Amino acid sequence: MTSIKQELRHASKATREDVFGKVITYCCVAVIAVLVISILYFIASRGIATFTVNHVSLWSFISQTSWNPGLLDAHGQPQIGALAMMVTSFTVTILAAIIATPFALAVALYMTEIAPNRGARILQPVIELLVGIPSVVYGFIGLTVVVPYIRHLFGGTGMGILAGTLVLFVMILPTVTTLSVDALNALPGYLRDASLALGATRWQTIHKVLLRAATPRLLTAVIFGMARAFGEALAVQMVIGNAVLMPHGLVTPTATLTSQLTTQIGNTVMGTLPNNALWSLALVLLVMSLIFNLLIRFIGKRGQLS
Amino acid sequence: MSMLTTENLHLYYGQKEALKGIDLAFEAQTMTALVGPSGCGKSTLLRCFNRMNDQVSNAKITGSIWFDRENVNGPAISLVTLRQKIGMVFQQPNPFPFSVYDNVAYGLRLAHSLPKAVIDERVETALKQAAVWDEVKDHLTENAMGFSGGQQQRICIARLLAVLPKVILLDEPTSALDPISSAKIEATLMQLKRDYTIIIVTHNLQQAARISDRTVFMLDGNVIESGPTQTLFMTPENQQTSDYLNGKFG
Repeated sequence: MTSIKQELRHASKATREDVFGKVITYCCVAVIAVLVISILYFIASRGIATFTVNHVSLWSFISQTSWNPGLLDAHGQPQIGALAMMVTSFTVTILAAIIATPFALAVALYMTEIAPNRGARILQPVIELLVGIPSVVYGFIGLTVVVPYIRHLFGGTGMGILAGTLVLFVMILPTVTTLSVDALNALPGYLRDASLALGATRWQTIHKVLLRAATPRLLTAVIFGMARAFGEALAVQMVIGNAVLMPHGLVTPTATLTSQLTTQIGNTVMGTLPNNALWSLALVLLVMSLIFNLLIRFIGKRGQLS
Repeated sequence: MSMLTTENLHLYYGQKEALKGIDLAFEAQTMTALVGPSGCGKSTLLRCFNRMNDQVSNAKITGSIWFDRENVNGPAISLVTLRQKIGMVFQQPNPFPFSVYDNVAYGLRLAHSLPKAVIDERVETALKQAAVWDEVKDHLTENAMGFSGGQQQRICIARLLAVLPKVILLDEPTSALDPISSAKIEATLMQLKRDYTIIIVTHNLQQAARISDRTVFMLDGNVIESGPTQTLFMTPENQQTSDYLNGKFG
């Protein structure tokens, strides 16, 4: 009697291990949560300082195109207009997504529908290789191959949105492809059977059933690619031209939010207006990536409902 | 007149022989049940009629299937037309994640661009034939996945009726459904067999006895016995048929 009672009241070794594991897990989660919150707080406090401490108007920040944080203009106001960089960032992102999507879809369909065995066996390593190439290599290829070619075709320096778009297109292609493959593989096989059994050809099945059913997850794939393109700094910085000017076409030198950050952050002193202005750019990047994330979640939820 | 006839039909999955020479005739406006234990080849046989076995890369078929004097396995056959003439209902209800209307109109929109009015009318007729119209008529734009399993299965039946088939193949259409939904599907099928040739694979012997006109008993890739359902169930000629019907194996 007593021995069973004692045993029942005594925590077993497995229970103690369970508690131990739980404690470790919670500690790790807490550390990461603190890290994320600190980063958010740091960027936000620095980024907002431009407007609260240095009294730059938020409106001129998002609507002006002259960027020269170290100098004052004729009215004694610092020249902090980020519009040109925002326009360029969005343009390269959207163009890269528009170019990459059809290629990514074609490759994904080839790997899942047209030649699932052979296609996946050959293309999977290729895509993984593309992911593994460092962005500086992409930028270097862009600088030595793409930029001279554009210069030859259109004149000028060759640097600008077009060069940035082409480099980003190759960089986000594997991301969009991999996620599209996942989206198509997640479709239940019975959709395919149902469509074929109604007399649909393979192509009709792909574009009328599979692509339509996978649309929410395919959109998520494209937005993931856009988030990556929006945040990419190094490769873009090497081919964009790094002149903070409103782009007048696809081949004029300009700058993105990220390229301006990477080129200038080493040239400013912490706590000064030029430094704070750069943090404001970082804040814009952070807010945008948050919006991309929310979009992905929103679309994912809608996809589950249907 | 026989709607479908098989002649010495063999099917191999790689080295394994799944169908070992099937000779059967399926009458028009008749419901034939294929029964037998799991793995006896009844679903495989069903999938030969609309060439769904083409999807299986290592399947090899010899022999012929005559559908209105045309060999289904012949090189000249149009798979698209064949599958419109011989429709299939699967074990799991498999509507597309689209609206009810788009599901039923799917097959119609594949072939040619019909006027909207014609599609509307065919969709309504098909849903009425499948005895699901009253339940979905006010929800035609809602996602078909939101309906119950039984309703989904009848939407799938309507989807194939809309392309005006001659033959309907059903692969255990009620095995994933509750008894009430199953009864509704059975009632629907009883209506449909007046106009269509129906072949139904079922594990449920009572179901076969209730709704089919003829029954085929298969075992290990062979047809053991076939005949009118009444005769086969009451006075089976073969001892194996008798044993199976009496629950001695399977």
